[in-house]
Amino acid sequence: MSEQLVATLTQQFFNALTIGGIYALIALGYTMVYGIIQLINFAHGEIFMVGAFVAMTFLVGIGLHGAIADPLVLIVVLVAAFLVVMPINGLLGVGIERFAYRPLRNAPRLAPLITAIGISFILQNLVYIWQGPSPVTFPQLLSPQVRFSVLGASVSWISVLIVVVTAILLIGLQLFIGRTRLGRAMRATAQDREAAQLMGVNINTTIALTFFIGSGLAAAAGIVYGLYFGTIAFNIGFIAGLKAFTAAVLGGIGNTTGAVLGGFMIGFIEVISTQLGLAVWAHAIVFAVLVVVLVFRPSGLLGTPIGERA
Amino acid sequence: MTAATPAKPVARGSGARDWFGQHRSISVILGMAIVTSLLPLIVTLPPLNGFNAQRVWIDSFADAGIFVLLALGLNVVVGLAGLLDLGYAAFFAIGAYTYAFSASAFTGQHIPFWPMLIVGALVAAVCGLLLGAPTLRLRGDYLAIVTLGFGEIVPILFRNADFTNSGGPNLTNGTNGIPGIDRPTLPVIQVGDFKVLNIVFNAANPLSYYITMAVIITIVLILVYRLQDSRLGRAWQAIREDELAAASNGVNTVTSKLLAFALGATTSGFAGVFGASKLVFVSPDQFGFTVSFTILAMVVLGGMGNSIGVATGAFSIFVFQRVFLPQLTNFFKEFHVPILSDINFIEYQFLLYGLALVGMMLLRPQGMFPSRQRARELHTAEPDALEPSPEGLDSEGTLA
Repeated sequence: MSEQLVATLTQQFFNALTIGGIYALIALGYTMVYGIIQLINFAHGEIFMVGAFVAMTFLVGIGLHGAIADPLVLIVVLVAAFLVVMPINGLLGVGIERFAYRPLRNAPRLAPLITAIGISFILQNLVYIWQGPSPVTFPQLLSPQVRFSVLGASVSWISVLIVVVTAILLIGLQLFIGRTRLGRAMRATAQDREAAQLMGVNINTTIALTFFIGSGLAAAAGIVYGLYFGTIAFNIGFIAGLKAFTAAVLGGIGNTTGAVLGGFMIGFIEVISTQLGLAVWAHAIVFAVLVVVLVFRPSGLLGTPIGERA
Repeated sequence: MTAATPAKPVARGSGARDWFGQHRSISVILGMAIVTSLLPLIVTLPPLNGFNAQRVWIDSFADAGIFVLLALGLNVVVGLAGLLDLGYAAFFAIGAYTYAFSASAFTGQHIPFWPMLIVGALVAAVCGLLLGAPTLRLRGDYLAIVTLGFGEIVPILFRNADFTNSGGPNLTNGTNGIPGIDRPTLPVIQVGDFKVLNIVFNAANPLSYYITMAVIITIVLILVYRLQDSRLGRAWQAIREDELAAASNGVNTVTSKLLAFALGATTSGFAGVFGASKLVFVSPDQFGFTVSFTILAMVVLGGMGNSIGVATGAFSIFVFQRVFLPQLTNFFKEFHVPILSDINFIEYQFLLYGLALVGMMLLRPQGMFPSRQRARELHTAEPDALEPSPEGLDSEGTLA
């Protein structure tokens, strides 16, 4: 009996890590954009969704539909997919910033928020028109049947792959923000835009770069989502976006480490509520977490005073 | 917030404008009476009579009234108090389900429509207070996301509160929704055997719904205008412009915001009860995010802060989507126009709303029928807009 319990817990632990990794990647985009221009980018969930569709188109376009047996080929294909899809989606984010948000940078807060909602609907409906309402199959490069056993649980290699990809991207991002000149420009802009400008930081480039990275990470989340769930649909961005935003707030909005932590916590909360037989209430529980955090600790778990970031 | 001068009628142009500005309630009643009586007549003229029969038009107008009401309520929250509520359809759902619970075969209760109109609105208001009390202290953009979540949760609640599988009670009939909701009734006034007044509400007679709706909208419009010019209304506008400054000047921002939220919810509750009694059916799918989004698009397009503009915007958008989009689709199909005949324009409506929202925010944030005061605020990028222009003190507002 207890062996079975251990097996279930291990299984669910890996499920939570996988889902949490996806939320963490999306949450990073929310938190970075919020950190730098104090805007909730409502369209970010849809940018994630578009990323999944771009990846699907790319993989199908190069003739991949099913599983790839050779691990080396698989890795090459995956790296290629990330390298192609992330910049494409990054440019989408930059374009949205340039044409929809930048003109409103000094407008009242309500204006860019409403614009973001509009953009989110535009993206969602363009994909709806492009791909139709029904879910679309995402090429299963790594069959979910390829599994290994640990502590009595059978874990799919996809989960491991996702955790590894997420970890690489997160470490890369932390290094970029912490160690490079551009990263320092981003931190400076987030802290005080005008002062950064006086010190010679090009604000527009820095903000565009933030959108580029955030949207690229969302595209990575889209690829991972497609590999894990096997199907994607035009409306996956809305709920995933809401949950990822909750993750960002939970971790402390504006804080990249917090976003990752929050993402994994939301993953665990969701898996635990499913395990307890509350699957239909999972959304409601995540939302309740959001309200509780906002009311009792609006700065989040790793919250820093407003205006500072990472 | 520099000059809180009481409104002085500025002599300019025609005196009629000033008169209507000062006697706003009478103007609203007159205006609504004229519009309400003209609409059913206009649609009998070509080319409008080619689209639909008069009965269908009146039916659409009554449905449009529901959205006018919703937009007026959301305008109090977004347009007057400047709070972005993205889950507004939740209160609509709460109003509708309240009536469904109290007047349908599902629960066996048959409480009359008229008292329930008030009760439904009050229930929605209480829910608004419950949601608002903890969240309105937050910054505006957090409020947006919390309301977005709330709007998502309420339909989930109604969808899943059927516990028959686990041996519990069936509270909401799940995804199937609650059918067979009572229609409104009015007592028949008769002298002897002669029926002086016999107003019947049913699908064959949308006129009674239409007129009821017009009366409700008139009352709400008068209330909103009177509130707008009251101390509370000025507090909302002060909060919208600069919350910190308003708080420093002694405005209780949390209470004022809470009242705006509750009043918005009340209006939505009215619309919910009315909608349920007209459709005689409620289901969780009627209250998704697209509904909240549509109402927001109506408010933004109409002109945030201007009730008449918002009402006109809501009415036009609803009639556009209900009548013209399907007709457009049929038109292109019928004449086999290449490419266009394959398009179902109804599928494009949310794309259009999205484009409209972004376009309006970028090019004309004050909306199609702007409130003058709001227009100036939304154009803060232009330096001269910061100074109240001589025209600023117009007959519309007491606060410039």
